[in-house]
Formats: sequence, structure tokens, C-alpha cells
Amino acid sequence: MFSRRVFVKNGGLALLSLGFAPAFLARTVEAAGAARRKVLITIFQRGAVDGLNMVVPFGEKEYYAARPSIAVPTPNVADGAVDLDGFFGLHPRLAPLKPLWDARQLAIVHASGSPDGTRSHFDAQDYMESGTPGVKSTQDGWLNRYLHAREHANATPFRAVALAPQLPRMLQGVEPALALSQLGQFGIRAGQATDMVQASFESEYAAAADAVLHRTGGQAFDAVRMLKSADPSKYQPENGAEYPRSAYGEALRQIAQLVKADVGLEIAFAEAGGWDTHVNQGSSVGQLAQRLADFGQGIAALARDLGDRMEDVVILTMSEFGRAVAENGNRGTDHGHGNAMFIVGGQTVRGGKVYGRWPGLAREQRYDGRDLAVTTDFRSVFNEVVRRHLGVDDTRAIFPGFTNSQSLGFIG
Amino acid sequence: MKFLTRSASALIAVATLSAAGPGSAVPAKPDDKTVLHVLNRIGFGARPGDVARVREMGLAKYIDEQLAPERMPDAAMDARLAGFDTLSLNSRRIAQDYYVPAQMARRQAQQANAKKDPAVETDPPKEARTPEQMEMARKQREVLVELTSQKILRAAYSDRQLQEVMTDFWFNHFNVFAGKGPTQQYLTEYERDVIRPRALGKFRDLLGATAKSPAMLFYLDNWQSVDPEAGERMAARRANAQRRFGMMLPPRRNPNAPQPPKQPQKRGLNENYGRELMELHTLGVDGGYTQQDVVNVARAFTGWTIEEPRQGGGFRFEPRFHDDGEKIVLGHKIKAGGEQSDGEQVLDILAKHPSTAKFIATKLARRFVSDTPPPALVDRAADKFRETDGNIREVVRTIVTSPEFFAAEAYRAKVKTPFEFVVSAIRATGADVVDAAPLAQAIRQLGMPLYMCQPPTGYADRADAWVNTGALLNRMNFALQLVSGRNRAVRPGDGAVSAALGGDISDATAATIAKATEPAQIAALTLGSPEFQRR
Repeated sequence: MFSRRVFVKNGGLALLSLGFAPAFLARTVEAAGAARRKVLITIFQRGAVDGLNMVVPFGEKEYYAARPSIAVPTPNVADGAVDLDGFFGLHPRLAPLKPLWDARQLAIVHASGSPDGTRSHFDAQDYMESGTPGVKSTQDGWLNRYLHAREHANATPFRAVALAPQLPRMLQGVEPALALSQLGQFGIRAGQATDMVQASFESEYAAAADAVLHRTGGQAFDAVRMLKSADPSKYQPENGAEYPRSAYGEALRQIAQLVKADVGLEIAFAEAGGWDTHVNQGSSVGQLAQRLADFGQGIAALARDLGDRMEDVVILTMSEFGRAVAENGNRGTDHGHGNAMFIVGGQTVRGGKVYGRWPGLAREQRYDGRDLAVTTDFRSVFNEVVRRHLGVDDTRAIFPGFTNSQSLGFIG
Repeated sequence: MKFLTRSASALIAVATLSAAGPGSAVPAKPDDKTVLHVLNRIGFGARPGDVARVREMGLAKYIDEQLAPERMPDAAMDARLAGFDTLSLNSRRIAQDYYVPAQMARRQAQQANAKKDPAVETDPPKEARTPEQMEMARKQREVLVELTSQKILRAAYSDRQLQEVMTDFWFNHFNVFAGKGPTQQYLTEYERDVIRPRALGKFRDLLGATAKSPAMLFYLDNWQSVDPEAGERMAARRANAQRRFGMMLPPRRNPNAPQPPKQPQKRGLNENYGRELMELHTLGVDGGYTQQDVVNVARAFTGWTIEEPRQGGGFRFEPRFHDDGEKIVLGHKIKAGGEQSDGEQVLDILAKHPSTAKFIATKLARRFVSDTPPPALVDRAADKFRETDGNIREVVRTIVTSPEFFAAEAYRAKVKTPFEFVVSAIRATGADVVDAAPLAQAIRQLGMPLYMCQPPTGYADRADAWVNTGALLNRMNFALQLVSGRNRAVRPGDGAVSAALGGDISDATAATIAKATEPAQIAALTLGSPEFQRR
């Protein structure tokens, strides 16, 4: 497996050095023409977003009883929730997502989460990224195992890209994946000597006995050449899309760039932080509201910018766990359990519906008497995306040990 | 007989205090590779001439010296840091002179802005600020700039290399995040007075000092964790007093108590510190505690708060916030009525717990030996931790004099973190850092902003966290920039970087470097090489 990829890459390099730079681009375009590749964009809300204020169960009395100072008001009130179905509503700062809901491009799975009860950010993120809740020894991430299951000869260095300073656990594993924060900065910068210096570094890494650095170095130089051909510096968002001016918004903008540059992107990753609202969380306005505004505007802009290309794209959001049903003594929320996930896509997404069984918020309906119970394993959501959108029939190797996947039906 | 046994064990104790003692695998006649290995692991790499100097003095003696930093003069370092005004200030002064004025300036600017446009709820744009307001903001930033600079400079130039390695290790272990509220104004004191002096001391002492530090109390929210019944109890007490004395008593308020919230609010228990204390500071996530333990530890620490947190105040125990009932923690009973000692008892239980010895030993072995440290070494280090009542110096000594430390598998087994990479490059080139702030910026671009690690886990100490294509290219670019001479922040050294790799480079790297003609390119190709990414 490994040697074959090296061969393909070396083949690519040989072509390049002979001056046929667009050869590999032609390859991907060809591949895309035969069967347009599906793209999955994952967004991780690190720090445990408060799902109950993100997708508000305004039809629950218990919700208001448990959150006297931070509950989002009902839709009929000023700055109240944005009504979705008479029971659930979006946080008012997520209003930019309402048109996607109305167009049935946005589906929500509520009360989803991990079968493992940990309330540790670290462990819960780890489980969500490894895709094996409760098992710490898993070495790779589930997205990398997907890449492995669908390994193909036309893979480019941009097949899996995290717009992040570090490669997330979800993408770590045997298959190559790229982490970068700025497309424009990507490459060797040595003024007039750039080509010479780059060639020197490349030969050092190509000859390195150190397997990890050898492989990563090789991928880096392949990617540099490819991006240069795609020339992302001229990028303008389309359809009037306006990305929020945050690191997260910038990451989504660059993901759109990569999708449109046809550089072979299949899996993209971005993250947004600042959700760990133990203190003064706020309700319709305040700390969480500001974070949600950024979050929602970003997704809305991305979908708008990608336009027709959304037919091949699914955007999937996740966060390691939800927050306790009741607010704490500091008008914030402590670590909880169940949460809500968003799925945004084209015609294949059966949006405009909140999926999953709602467990209720009364004390006896809660997990441990305090948290939103989990009625949908997050792997069921991942699994449906991998099977129905990315088209892998047998996902046993991607989600090892997961035998009781529910079929939710949010992708047709 | 009894006397004899005691003196025999004393002898052994003395013997183990030297790196050349029994059980030590420190070679008497080390080759350059071995010396470089030691310099890379218990310090931040070799400067030109270091390998020869350490070989001359003897490896065991060098290790002993590093394990006793308090006996080592470091005058040149002190001189280099003399120009930084904030490093010697306490948190009160830092808050009053640097943060409070900036905060007031910000508020003024916000008010001025709100008059213009009441709908705007965010910070005013930069251009709307007056020069005075800008100056205040700059002065506030200076605190973190100086702290970051001193971290880089100490790692690069201090003779107490191991002390800096351990300070970095423990700060990361007891991580706090500069971006969370007033945590930032406590950081200088936190690193200087809590971490550095105890970096090779007793673990319980370090644990206790972090628990009481305002930086930690703020970062993990314990300062406002309150017994949920406290409010009702105080109300009941007042009602009782009224009945007894037949008069209205004003609510008693300690003038030094944390500032009251703007609106009345019900405060309660916050589990954040209790959980991370066990998961990340002591037992480890599999250390055998339950959710009930988390709650009870949090109860024990109610009342551990900060005196005037936004004015740089210190630790204070507030009995009115404290839940004084009985608690069971990890099977130990903490009797009712213990007040502040409840927290101390919890720290005693945790510091003595075998899971803690194992967890700390594992992390130290991972730092000094390899990402997957040999279990036998971890066990010996954990034993040493228990035998010596958590003496960090002796645990580190056990690790860095072990056969596993000097084994072939450990050689270049660790990928440098961005901080280690940048500092080791400075050392290798013998560069003179004029301004460390651009280096801090470079470390940030490599994915490791100093004092800005948001989660309480700290930064990962494993290769997979740091090796990725983007970061690797950034490292090569940093190498190019460092030696280019274009960077006014750093005066490049003489480019004698061959010592950086101890002469141990692959044929390919040697051949590539040999093709370069300019000294700067030679240096860049060395510092950016695969070999230099490891230690």
C-alpha cells in the first residue's frame, strides 16, 4: 500500500520536473468527471458547546425551570429562539442558518453524543475523534480510517486538509493528511534562492531514514507544488458570501477555496473554540451568543459561497459533550452529556427536521439526574454520513466494535 | 544493630545523590553523541563548545550540577534580564500599574463609542482610541511580552538548563491560559514564585502552591466555587441574630471579600478545579476516581478564593463560602468542620496516591526518554517518587541516569516541540537575541503560542502532535530566517552549527549541505534538516 503511493507520487514528481505541471490536476479533474468526488467538511466545536442553548427545546417547561437566568426565551418574545418546528428553536444568533433549514438543507440531530459518560474535555474529544468511545488505545482517527478504506490512486496531497495549526486527532493515522493555517503562506520562502533551497530541503527529507519525517516531508513538498499551480491568491467568495472575520471564518473561507480549486479535496476540518462557558454564559446576548453568531455566520457563508457545489458537500458539526441541564452557581453551565449536531448539504440531505428521540429534561429523564440523556450515539451520525454521503457500504473498519448503528435517515 | 542499619541506609541515600552512584548508567568516557544526547534532554541543546566542555568536566558531574541549580551562579542570565521591568513585580503592582489603567482606558473608549452608536456591543475599533488609551493597551501587553521573552532567553542562555526544562514541564503540567480574564496578570508571579523555585522540589509542595495560586484559582474557576447552601445558611444566621437581639443587623461583609457581582445571583459549586486536579494534576484520567469524588473534592475546596481578583490580590480562605460538612474522597473520610484544612487534606491524599506516582513518573519519563517510555523505567521512577515522598529531583535523577535513558532506542527518539526547536536553533548557532518577541511570534506560528495553551491539558509531548506538513515547512522557513541576517531581532552567530548534530548526520544530509556555498545556507540546511527536528 505504502510503496504504491510512493510510486504514484514519484511518477507525479517525474512529470513535474519535465514541465508537465498540470498533469496531476488533469488527473483529478478526470477522476472528478467520472464520478464527482464527495466532500465532507467537519467542524469541531472544541470545549463543549451548550447544545440546549444552541438548539433550544423551548417547548419544555423544565428547560426554563432549570435555567432561570440563561434560558433563551420562547420564539414569540423579543430576542427569543428562532422557531423551527414548534418545539425546538435556534438560538437567535443562529438566525443566518434559518434559510438553510427552510430550504431543507439543514438537519439537526439532538440528544446525540457518546455512550461513554466522561465529562473530561480531553477524553471526550479523544473519543469523538478516534471514533471509539471508551477505548483509549486507538491510535488513529475515524476520518483517517475512512481515507484508508477509500484509498485510491488519484489521491492528492490535498485529499484531507485541516485548516488548523495542528493535525487533529480525527485525521491522524496511516493516510497522509495536511494541516495548515494559511494557504498563501504555504511553501519555502527564501527569496531568489527559493527553488534551490527547496530542492535541497526536499532531498534531505527524501533521503531521511526517519520514517515519520521522511513521509511528512515528502507530502509537504508535493503539496507546495500543487497549491502553487492552483494559485489561491486570487480567491473571491461568490454569491455575496460574507465570512466572519475570525480564525474560524478564515478557515472556512479557505476550505471553500480548496473545494473550488479542484485540488482533490475530500475531507476538510475546521474548529471553533470558546464554548466552555462555566461562568456568565449569557442567554440571547452575551458570551455564548457571540460565539454562536460567529459559528452560524461561518456555516451560512460557506454554504452560500459553495453554491451549486453544495450538491457534493456535507458539512457536519460536533462538540465533545453537552452541558448540564441546570445552570450552575455562576450563571454558567458545567460539563454535561447529550448535545446537538448539524448536518448541512444539498438535495440529498433531508433537512428541515430535528432527528433523534427527544428524552425530555425532567429530572428522572436526565442522565445521572443532571444532563441531557444521549439517545443517538454520535457514531450513528458519523456512520450515516460515511455510508450515505461518502458511499462506503462496509464501515466496520472505520467504527470498530460499533454494531448497533441506528439509521436516522437525514441523508436520502 | 539498629544503628548500623540506619547508617547503612544513610550511606545508600548519600550514594544515590550522585549521578555516578550505584545504579547509574552514566558513561565515564562518553562519545560526542552521548554528550549531545544529554545536552538535548536535560537542556535545550548544545551551544558551540558545549560538547567539549561537558566531556572535559565529566558527564556525571554535569548532570549533578544541573540537578542542583540553586548552587549554580547565573549572573550573565540575570544581567540579560535586567532591563525587563515587570519580571520582579508582584501581581498587585502588575495589576495596578499595567492592567487596571488599560481596563479603565478601554472602558472610557467603549463609553465614548457607545454614545456614538448604542447598538454596538463589541470593542471599539482601534482607530477610535486616543493615543493615551493606545499607550495603556501597549503597556498592558508589555507584561506578557516580557514574560514570554524571559522564557525564551532563559532557555537559550541560562546555565541552569535543567531548571528551565523543568519549569517548562511543570508550567505545562499545571497549565493556565493567559487568555482567560485576569489570569494573565498573575502569570509572572505564578511562574517565578510558584513553579520555578519548586521545579525540582517536593511534589506536594508544588501541588499546594499551585492550588493556592490566584492564576490557577481563576483559570479553573475555583475562586468562585461556593457551597450552594452558604447563602441560605447566612440568611438563617442573620434571622437568628435578629430574633436574639431583636434588631436588624446589616448583612456582614468582609471589606476584603471578592467584589460582589453586579446583580444579585445565586452562586454554587464549580467542579472544574476538582476534576482537573485529579485528572490532570495528580491521579491521571484512569487514576481511579469517580464523579462522586469530583463533587467531594470540589466541596472541600469551596472557600479557596482570591482577594480582589481584578486588583491582583492573593489567596484567601473565605469560611462563609465553605461547605464544612463531612466528605469522603477516594475512600478517605474528611471530618466535618475542617475549614481550610479540607483542601490540604485532599492534596495530601492525592499526592500520596500510587496513581499519582505512576502518572507523574510516566510524564517525566516521556519528557526525558521517549514518547512510549519503557514500563520498567516508569515503575522505578514511580517507586522513587513514593520512597522519597515525591522528591522530584530524585525522580528525575533516577530517569536521567538510567540505562534506558542512555539506550540506543532513546537517542533522537523525541521530536522537538516548536519551543524546543526554536531555542535549540538559537543555541546551536550561538546567536545573540536582541529582541525575543519575534521569536515568540515564530513559536506561535509553529503551533505553540507560549502561555496561550487554552485547555488545562497543556501541550502534548508526543511527536504526532508536532509533525505535520505545514509545521515542517514553517520550521524550515524559521531556519532560513534565523540565519539570514535580515532578522534584526537576532544577530546570527558564526554559523558553526555542525556541533548541533554532533557530527551525526546522514550521508544525504551531509551531501546536500556540502553543495551549499554560503554559510547562511549551510546553517539553514542544518537547522531545517530532519536530524535537527529531533532531540
